[in-house]
Amino acid sequence: MSDSSAALRGRVAAVLGPNIDTDVIYPGRYLNITDREKTAEHLFELAYPEIRSRIRPGDFIVAAANFGCGSSREQAAAALKFSGCGAVIAASFARIFFRNAINLGLPAIISPTAAAECREGDELEVDLVAGEIHDLSRNITIAAAPLDPRAIELIRAGGLIPYLKAKHAAPAAG
Amino acid sequence: MTLAEKILARASGRSRVEPHEIVVADVDLAMSHENADLVRKAFLEIGVPRVWDPEKIVIIFDHRIPAESEKTAATHKAVREFVQQQGIRHFYDVGRGGICHQVLAENGHVQPGMVVVGTDSHTTTHGAFGAFATGTGATEMAGVWAEGKLWFKVPSTIRIEVEGAFAPWVSAKDLILWIIGRLGAAGADYRAVEFDGSAIRRMTLASRMVLCNLSMEMGAKVAFTPVLEIGPDPEAEYEQTLHVNLDYDIPEPQVACPHSVDNVRPVSALADVPVHQAVLGSCTNGRLEDLEVAATILAGRRVHPQTRLILIPASQRVYLDAMRLGYLATLVEAGAIVNPPGCGPCVGVHQGILAAGEICISSTNRNFIGRMGSKDSFVYLASPAVVAASAVAGRIIHPEIVMAKENAHV
Repeated sequence: MSDSSAALRGRVAAVLGPNIDTDVIYPGRYLNITDREKTAEHLFELAYPEIRSRIRPGDFIVAAANFGCGSSREQAAAALKFSGCGAVIAASFARIFFRNAINLGLPAIISPTAAAECREGDELEVDLVAGEIHDLSRNITIAAAPLDPRAIELIRAGGLIPYLKAKHAAPAAG
Repeated sequence: MTLAEKILARASGRSRVEPHEIVVADVDLAMSHENADLVRKAFLEIGVPRVWDPEKIVIIFDHRIPAESEKTAATHKAVREFVQQQGIRHFYDVGRGGICHQVLAENGHVQPGMVVVGTDSHTTTHGAFGAFATGTGATEMAGVWAEGKLWFKVPSTIRIEVEGAFAPWVSAKDLILWIIGRLGAAGADYRAVEFDGSAIRRMTLASRMVLCNLSMEMGAKVAFTPVLEIGPDPEAEYEQTLHVNLDYDIPEPQVACPHSVDNVRPVSALADVPVHQAVLGSCTNGRLEDLEVAATILAGRRVHPQTRLILIPASQRVYLDAMRLGYLATLVEAGAIVNPPGCGPCVGVHQGILAAGEICISSTNRNFIGRMGSKDSFVYLASPAVVAASAVAGRIIHPEIVMAKENAHV
C-alpha cells in the first residue's frame, strides 16, 4: 500500500468458515522456523494445502468469525503475509492473531458479511480507512469496519519493528 | 471498576478507565519460552542495545525440551547467549523449570495486580493470582523488551458465578469445558472473565489455574479467580453474568470432542470411543492434584493393552513431589511412560505424535485438526480423572465405572 492511498486490490484466494485456528493456519511442528519468509512454505499445510499455491501477490483470504483462534504463534500471520496475502478479511478475529497481523504489517479487516457475499476468484478493492469492500466481480459494496488509525500507521510503516526502528533512530522526533 | 479495569487504570496512570478505551500500560512481567528466539531477532532489528528491565523478563524453555533437533538446539543456544549478554537472571533452562506457566507460578514471579504479558496464549493462567495476564505475539514482545509498555483495549467483563458442589469425579476441567461449550470458542473474544462464587472460593489454586488457563479457548483476553489483595469494586459493571450451579448443571464429567474445544458433550454421551493414546499433562492439567487423581484411579490397575498412557509432570517440582509421594511409581507400574516436564505432544512436535486414524484422550487444551500429529487423528479433551480411567478401559469412560471394578479391563 502506498502512503497516499488506503485501498488494496486483489482477488479472493479462498473463502473459509468460522474458527480457523492457528494450528490449521500454521502447524505447531514448524514453530522452530524463525525465518519469517520461510514460514510461507507451510501455510494451511495440513487442512487446506491447496490454498497456498493459489495465492498471488495481493490476494485476500476471506473467512467467517474468530479467524486465528488458538495459539499466539506469530508464524500464522507471517505465513499469510509472506505467501503474498494482501489482507485477511473476516467476520471477527481472535485478538492475538489480529495484533500479530497488524504488527507484521498485514491488514486484518473485520467484515461481518464478506464470507457470505464473496466467492473465490472475486476481484476486490478494499478501502481500509473508509471500511468498505467493493466486490468488482459482483459489483456490490460490502460493509467493513474502518481500521483503527493506529493500526493503519503500523501497516504503513511496514509493521511494528520498522515503526519502532524509525522511532528509536530519531528519538527527538518521536 | 471490574478487576481488569482497575489493573489497567493503575498500570496506565489513570484514576479510571472504561471498556473499549485504548490505554498504554506499563508491563510488570514479560515471559517467553522458546519463541524468545523470535523475540530476540525482532528486538535486535529495532536497534535498542539493552532490554528495558532484565529483572522483569522471564524466559523458560518448555516447548521442545530437551532439544529434539539440531535446529531447536541452535535456537536454545542463541537464547542462552542472549540472556547472558542482557543480564536476564530469570532464565529456566532444561532441567531447571518445566512448563512456563507452572514455573512462573511456583517461583512467585506473578503477584496480584500485575500486568503480565507472555508470548504464549495460555498466559491467561495467571489471573488465578490476580494478575492481568495475557498472550502476545513475538514482535509485540520485542516492543515490550524495548520499551516496557504495551497498548491494550480495555476489555468489557463477563462475570461467572459458580455455586454448588462438584459431583464425584467432576473437577475444574469439567466446569470450564462446560462453560466453553455454552459460550462458544469466540464467546469471550476480547473480553475479561471474572470467576467467583462459593464453589470457586473452595477450589485449590491449581484448579483455579485450570479455569483461567482454558478461558483462552473461548477467546478471553484475561481471566480472574478471586484473590485477597485486589478485587472488583462492588459497583463494577458487567457485560453479562452467567450463573452456574454445579449440582444441576454439571452432574458428570465433560469431554470436548474433535476438532474444537467448544464441541463439548457429557462423558456418558460418548459410547465406545476407543482410545489409542491417553495424555496427562500440560499447562492446563499437569499439576500434582492431577497426577494424584490419576494415581488413585490407576493404583492396582493396568493401562489397557491397546492404549498408551503418557504422563508429563508440569514442572521439575511437580515431578519431584509426585515421585516422593509415590504417584509416579504407581503410574509407571500401571504401564504409563513419563515424559520430561514440558509441553510434550500437546503442540504436535514430539514425545507422543499421533498417526492417521488414532484417537487420543488428553488433559491438554486444544483438539484442533492436526494439533497432536496427523491431520487424520482425533483428540478428545477431558479431565485427568477421565484420561486416567479411559487409559484403563481403553475407551472413553466415566471414572466411576472403572473404580467400581477391580483391576479389570472394563
